[in-house]
Amino acid sequence: MKLTEEMLKALPDARGHFGAYGGRFVSETLFDSLLTLEREYKRLKDDPEFQAEFDRDLAHYVGRPSPLYFAERLTRETGGAQIWLKREDLNHTGAHKVNNTIGQALLARFLGKKRVIAETGAGQHGVATATVCARLGLECHIFMGEEDIRRQSPNVYRMKLLGAEVHSVTSGTRTLKDAMNDAMRDWVANVDETFYIIGTVAGPHPYPLLVRDFQSVIGRETREQCLDRTGKLPDALVACVGGGSNAIGMFYPFLTDESVELYGVEAGGLGIDTGQHAAPLCAGRPGVLHGNRTYLMEDENGQIAGTHSVSAGLDYPGVGPEHSWLKDIGRAHYVSVTDDEALDGFRKLTRVEGIMPALETAHAVAYAIKLAATMDKDKVVVINISGRGDKDMQTIAEIDGIEV
Amino acid sequence: MSRIEGVLKSLKGQGRKALIPYITAGDPHPDLTVDLMHTLVDAGADIIELGVPFSDPMADGPVIQHACERALKHGTSLRQVLAMVKSFREKDDATPVVLMGYLNPMEAMGQEKFADAAVDAGVDGILTVDLPPEEADEVAPLFTERNLDAIFLLAPTTTDDRIRAISEHSSGYVYYVSFKGVTGAGKIDVDEVAAKVAHIHELTALPVAVGFGIRDAATAAAVGRVSDGVIVGSVLVDTIARNQADPDQLKRALSDLLHPMREALDSLAS
Repeated sequence: MKLTEEMLKALPDARGHFGAYGGRFVSETLFDSLLTLEREYKRLKDDPEFQAEFDRDLAHYVGRPSPLYFAERLTRETGGAQIWLKREDLNHTGAHKVNNTIGQALLARFLGKKRVIAETGAGQHGVATATVCARLGLECHIFMGEEDIRRQSPNVYRMKLLGAEVHSVTSGTRTLKDAMNDAMRDWVANVDETFYIIGTVAGPHPYPLLVRDFQSVIGRETREQCLDRTGKLPDALVACVGGGSNAIGMFYPFLTDESVELYGVEAGGLGIDTGQHAAPLCAGRPGVLHGNRTYLMEDENGQIAGTHSVSAGLDYPGVGPEHSWLKDIGRAHYVSVTDDEALDGFRKLTRVEGIMPALETAHAVAYAIKLAATMDKDKVVVINISGRGDKDMQTIAEIDGIEV
Repeated sequence: MSRIEGVLKSLKGQGRKALIPYITAGDPHPDLTVDLMHTLVDAGADIIELGVPFSDPMADGPVIQHACERALKHGTSLRQVLAMVKSFREKDDATPVVLMGYLNPMEAMGQEKFADAAVDAGVDGILTVDLPPEEADEVAPLFTERNLDAIFLLAPTTTDDRIRAISEHSSGYVYYVSFKGVTGAGKIDVDEVAAKVAHIHELTALPVAVGFGIRDAATAAAVGRVSDGVIVGSVLVDTIARNQADPDQLKRALSDLLHPMREALDSLAS
C-alpha cells in the first residue's frame, strides 16, 4: 500500500484506531481523563506558544539536534552499505525518552496537574520523567518491576537522586508490563490530580498519538541531516522495538517515502523458537492489553505470556498499535535478533566506534550490521542509537563473570 | 425478559435490594467453584458475578490479583469457567450468572464462539472491565442477539452524556463503581454515592447496582438504601484466601459474611 500524507493525517481516527489497532480499552473511571487529554492535546498541538516552548526545551535542555554520525570504521569492517548513527544517546539523560517526557510534562503543566506517575523498564523513561519533574517542580512517582530494579540499579539511584519515589512492583513477572499495570492502578485512584506520562507509543488513545508526535523530531532531523550530508534520503532505517517509541519517532517522517525501507528489531531473547523472547510482532497475535488492541504475546487462552530479553527496555509482551498497523500493511519490516547477537552488536560498536549503546539499541545495531553487509556500498543505512549503555554495565559484567 | 431483568423486577416488586456477590472462578481451586456458587446462593445471593481470571487485571487491587494468580496456577481457562457455569446450572436454573473479566481471554476464544458458549452454559450477562461501549460495537450485537445482558460500568468521573450513552448500550443493570480506585481499596462515601446514584436514576430507567467498598452489613445497608443492589467482591475473595486450606470452613466463612448483609438489606424493605 502506498501511503499518502492524507492517509496519515486521518490516523489515528476519532476513536484512536490505526486500522484494526489502538483504541481506548480502559475501565470507565479513566475514560473522561483520556477524553480531556485528547481534547487539550489537539488544542495545544497547534498552539504556537506550546510548540515554541517544546522546541526551545529540545534545543537548550535536551541538546537537539542530535548528530547524525557516519560510522566510517564500522562501515569499512562490515563491507557493505554506509552505516550512519542517529545519536539519541547524546541527549540529556542519555536516551530518546526525554523528547517525549519534555512534551508530556508540558502538557501536565498546561492541564494544571501537580503529580506525575510513570512506568519504566530499563529505567531510561523513569530517569527522563524524574528529570523533567525535577525541573518543573512536579511530584514524581515511578513504577518499576522488582526484577528490573535489580538489573538496572544505576538508573534507580539516578531517579532517587532526582527526587522521584520509586515503587517496586512485585506482581506478575515483576517487569515492565507489571509496572504499567500498577501505574494504571495508581492513576485510577488519583486520576484528578495525576498526569500519567506513558513512555512508549502504546497505551490507550491519545498516548500512541502524542508520544509519536513528540518523538518524530528524531525522524525529521534525520531526514534533513541525511539529505544535507549524503544528498539523498536513506535507503534503510533500523531501530529497536520494545513498545516502539524510538522506532516510530524515526520512521514516521519517512512513511510516505517508498524508497526508504524500515526495519523494527524486536528482542529475540534465547531464540524465537524457544518461546523465550519479547517479539510480539514477529511471533505474537492481535489482542488487547494496557488500553489498546495490538500484537501481543499470549497463550491460547488469552493470558499474557511471560517475556524474556537481556534488555529490560524490550522485555514487554505488547507493542505500539501503529507498529501493528505498519506490519499488517507491509510498510515496515519487523525482525528479531537474539540476546547473544545483541551482545555482539554492543561489543562491536563499543570497540570499533567507541560508542557504547544501550542493550536495547544493541539489537538495532546487530541487525543493521547484518543488513548493511548485504547492501551495495552506495546505499545508506541509518541506525537509531536510541540510548547509551552506561546503565547496562552491571548486566554486561554479570554476563562476563566480572564483579564491578 | 432476561433472567437478570426478571430477578431485579421481582425484587423491586417486593421492595427488596439485590445482593450480588463476586468470586473469581478457579479460586482457590477450579473443583471448588461450583460448590462455592451454591453456597453464595444459599447465603442469600440474588445474582452471582463470576470473575474470569486474567494475568493482568489492571482494574483490580492486590486481593483480586492474587485470586487470579491462584486460579491461573491451576490453569483456569475461560472454557473451564463456562463449564463451571454449566455445572452450576444443573442444580440452579434461577440465579443469574454474570461473567466479569477482561477482554483478551474472550477475544482469544473468538467473540462469536464465546457468545455461543456463554449462552449454552447458561450465562446471563457479560461485564468486560476494559471494554467501554465505544469499542463494543462489534461485540454488543453478538450479545444482544443471544439475549445476553451487556453490563457496563459507570464511575464517579462519568459525565452525564456518557451516563446516557452507556445506559443505552446496557441491559440488565448498570454497575456503579463507588470510588476512584481499584477493587478492594479506598473507602466508600455513602453520601456521595447516594447523590450520584440518584442522579443516574434520573438519566436511566435501568436498575443501578453499586460495587467497590462494600464490606459488611452496615455498608451493604447504607448503599442498599440508595441503590437497587450491592456488589460485594474483595471481602469475599479475601475470605477465600484466608480459608483456602479448608473447604468446609471456607463455605461457612462465606456464608457467615453474606448472611448478615442479606438480613441488613431485607430489613430495608418495609
